[in-house]
Amino acid sequence: MFKRFHPYASPKHFHRLAQRLSPWLFGLSAVLFAAGLTGGLVLAPADYQQGESFRIIYLHVPSAWMSMFVYLVMASAGAAGLIWKVKLGDIIARACAPLGASFTFLALATGSLWGKPMWGTWWVWDARLTSELILLFLYLGYLALQSAIEDRRAAARAGAVLAIVGVVNIPIIHYSVVWWSTLHQGATVSKFDAPSMATSMLIPLLLMALAFKAYFLAVLMVRARCEILAFEQHTAWLRAELSDERTS
Amino acid sequence: MKHLQEFLAMGGYAVYVWSAYGLGLVILVWNVVAPRRRERQLRAALATRPTRRPQP
Amino acid sequence: MSALAATTAVLHRDLRRGWRRRGDVAQPLIFFALVVYLFPIAIGPLPETLRTLLPAILWVAAVLATILTLPEVFAADHADGSLELLVTSPHPLALLVLGKIAAHWCTGAVPLMVMSAALGTLLGLDAATLAAIVGGMALGTPLLALVGSLASALTVGLRGGTMLLALITLPLYIPVLIFGTLAARNAALGLPVAAEMFFLAGLSVLALTLTPFAIAAALRARLG
Repeated sequence: MFKRFHPYASPKHFHRLAQRLSPWLFGLSAVLFAAGLTGGLVLAPADYQQGESFRIIYLHVPSAWMSMFVYLVMASAGAAGLIWKVKLGDIIARACAPLGASFTFLALATGSLWGKPMWGTWWVWDARLTSELILLFLYLGYLALQSAIEDRRAAARAGAVLAIVGVVNIPIIHYSVVWWSTLHQGATVSKFDAPSMATSMLIPLLLMALAFKAYFLAVLMVRARCEILAFEQHTAWLRAELSDERTS
Repeated sequence: MKHLQEFLAMGGYAVYVWSAYGLGLVILVWNVVAPRRRERQLRAALATRPTRRPQP
Repeated sequence: MSALAATTAVLHRDLRRGWRRRGDVAQPLIFFALVVYLFPIAIGPLPETLRTLLPAILWVAAVLATILTLPEVFAADHADGSLELLVTSPHPLALLVLGKIAAHWCTGAVPLMVMSAALGTLLGLDAATLAAIVGGMALGTPLLALVGSLASALTVGLRGGTMLLALITLPLYIPVLIFGTLAARNAALGLPVAAEMFFLAGLSVLALTLTPFAIAAALRARLG
């Protein structure tokens, strides 16, 4: 159904489209990264409480946003593959997982590197850090399931069920962790709850968020091409395409 | 020169800020390099393997 | 045969099998008791420390024991091929699966609650805390069984399935662990536990309405 009104949903067309799109997306993300980093590391003033250490925010917050966004993309793509049998959905979902896991890891590591000078320890059982850690475990479980099931289509279907269940669970886990941490620690001073951020600090943050989005799409194209190779290795069109590439 | 040194010192937080950004760079680059390497391996494997019966 | 009759037939069959293999059903209980007794050995038999930690120990041990029983939900049926019949049967798979999970809950979680009550009493927990633990388990273990069965369905027939199952399941168990242990903590301090109990019940009801469909989809994905 989906395929009929959108030809790019077929792996064959997407394989070409991805190759054409990825340089543009990489270029866009490079420009946005350059602008965001200049704004964040050079132009933005130091925070009056946290000094220069707050500059980690330009890495930490965008990657934390991406970690959740990628999970949503993964689950939606998986659902499309599971329910409407869109092959491309299976491919995108599988390509998303390692990326999402890497963003989650980056968010945790930078949070830790920020927490050390601010809180004096590498790790605090802050609600957001804890649910981010649980998100990392959800990604790792998904990846482990994918690698355990030999057949890629079956793996994609099982992974889609797990990802959808994960999406339903993420808000539940998050709010139960918030409940837990407020009861255990009382009111914590959250480093994220700056009442109002100066515009010169906020604009680089938004630029970095956009840069991460563009970067994610660019790498997703590269990964999706790779997954298409693995998924479609026995199909005639891929064989033809590969031999075309070899002769030209 | 002085500005650059000040910039690199990050108000005394250089270790934390730069290791965060260094780690970010490593992860972002690795995300690009790893699939490209895997694609090369897959292509090599597909090129050497005889064509199985093609599915429609 | 109506769908409901088929579901009860599945339930009865699994309960009878559980009864036939009483020894296998007892193993997780022994494991549970062993884990609980490892803690006094590791942290020393100080009654005060132990009493504050015991609710958490009981909950974590119960979760671990539950994880170890999860492969059993579908493994036997997968081995003898009756799982395929279940999947291809004309009755709604979500309902049939619910029969299996109910049987698993009766043979796994109910004895675990009795065992928790016994161990808690033996190790000197006061009545209010013990009631909060066992009550919390009564309300929370349906979710453990339902979500765990989903992971069991996803990993059925895979090599090294139990470790994978634990990896998938444990993050999803965190809300139950949080509310279960908080209820016990509140009870120990003489505070009301109603909020946590309502949360546990709500989570279990949510799991009861949604997971059977997810499990049916998971079984179809793995076997179809």
